[in-house]
Amino acid sequence: MMAVTIISIAFVFVMAIGLYFKSIPILEEHSLWGLITDSSWQPFKNHFGFLPFIMGTIWVTLLAIMIALPLSLMTAIFLTEYAKKRVKKFVFPALDILASLPSVIFGVWGTIVIVPLISDNIAPIFSGEFSTGYTVLTAGIVLSLMLVPILVSLFVELFSTVPDDLRAAAYSLGATRWQTAKNVVIKKSLSGIFASVVLAISKALGETIAVLMVCGCLPEVPKTLLDACYPLPALIANNYGEMLSLPLYESALMFAALLLFIVVIVFNLVSRIILKRIETK
Amino acid sequence: MWFKNLFLRKFLASDCNEAFVPDAKFKHPDKAAEIKVEDFNLWFGDAHILKNINVAIPPNKITCIIGPSGCGKTTLLKSFNRLVDLSENVKMTGSIRLGDEDIVNCSASELVELRRKIGLVPQRPTPLPMSIMANVAYGCKIHGLRRIRENRRIVRHYLKVVGLWNEVKDRLRSPAVKLSIGQQQRLCLARSLAVEPEFILADEATSALDPVSSRTVEDLFVKLKEQYSIIMVTHTLRQAMRIADYVIFIYLGEIIEVGDAKEVFHNPKHELTKKYLEGAFS
Repeated sequence: MMAVTIISIAFVFVMAIGLYFKSIPILEEHSLWGLITDSSWQPFKNHFGFLPFIMGTIWVTLLAIMIALPLSLMTAIFLTEYAKKRVKKFVFPALDILASLPSVIFGVWGTIVIVPLISDNIAPIFSGEFSTGYTVLTAGIVLSLMLVPILVSLFVELFSTVPDDLRAAAYSLGATRWQTAKNVVIKKSLSGIFASVVLAISKALGETIAVLMVCGCLPEVPKTLLDACYPLPALIANNYGEMLSLPLYESALMFAALLLFIVVIVFNLVSRIILKRIETK
Repeated sequence: MWFKNLFLRKFLASDCNEAFVPDAKFKHPDKAAEIKVEDFNLWFGDAHILKNINVAIPPNKITCIIGPSGCGKTTLLKSFNRLVDLSENVKMTGSIRLGDEDIVNCSASELVELRRKIGLVPQRPTPLPMSIMANVAYGCKIHGLRRIRENRRIVRHYLKVVGLWNEVKDRLRSPAVKLSIGQQQRLCLARSLAVEPEFILADEATSALDPVSSRTVEDLFVKLKEQYSIIMVTHTLRQAMRIADYVIFIYLGEIIEVGDAKEVFHNPKHELTKKYLEGAFS
């Protein structure tokens, strides 16, 4: 048992070390600071600026969470506090199915539904220019829809663990359902909600296929929600295996993977520290 | 925030001997109302839990509901403030009146106000996930009393009423769950009292407490009956004998005997009551 545990933890280190060694060539030629702050990505001219990809990842992830969090919180509150058993019986399996759908299906759906919607209806309202529909907003919406079922299941699970006695205490003071949900159920589950959001962000950071299909894959720093973007996982998935004849290209992609790896690990560690603080409060 | 603490310190140091007058919103009616239950029946799904309940609960007294486990005591108690609604498939007929208002057939908004008038002290203490101060002030806050000064006055008064003020006045902002179980239960009582209910429902409120805390809460109830009417479900006959003024004996969802505590305990009319008091079943 112990050995298996050690081996699985060791994998993480092996991966990090492997990625690091593969990134050495590019790190020898360019400075780390230069790589992550340069916004020009022209591998043929030996320009490897990762800023567009980093910003693309951050934009899409944040947007997805900003859409998914309120949506899933409200859904979970409705399901645990308001809905009748009959509704729950129908909604829970539907959520499970949504959560287990392969991400490529979300990608296809985004391409067929959201892309034309943004290109024909939303972009003309907010920016006069033509938009292909492959934008940060599209990727954010598709990604948020992938996160909602996961977040809702986690929240429902969390809210169900809040003892009914606590709800009864609030109701007996004359609290309405909404006041009880807001001040008792959500407040009691705060640390759990935070942990679930961390999990969702980690998933969003690494989500590849669905985002890749709708993000536009343009290596430029997005300035508005209606610009195309190119998150890190999409870069790796799109280009690995191609153009490897180019010097440093493989190393650049490995560096992208290392960057993603570090971002996810650091993010998880920081959130763990915050979580501890919330719990002890 | 430092300035919040500054205000708090100022408040703690302020004169606390002024007479407490509850907010106009929470004033008791001039004549204390009684709870009148008429032809009340309750079902959980197909199970008929409470059968033809007819009883009037007198004001400013401690009424104890006694009976063997599973006989419907707690269900009857929770019908008084409609907390039975939390369970699914509940069906009720008949009426429960507090003064002129019908608890069974009221609208959702009326129910919110009615629940304020009927406080609850649960079996196990249930501090809300907030500070000691916020717990006591919570009821006032949701009923629209948002002035900080006023809320603090209320918090201080009711913490004093339940004898908790001196124990917690230096840590009003710390989480309520950090209090001991006995203190938590008194906090729950203070929280219920803060919205000035007319009735207080206590569901075996001392069963989770140690003997000393249990006695403290019991004494509090006796003290509080001058201003509030208390309905208590209890498993301990000795406790009922000590503090009850009025007794309702329930068996299998039916009221078997109701009356003055002394009368019921010393001179029970019904055979079942006699057997229960003798300990033939529990």
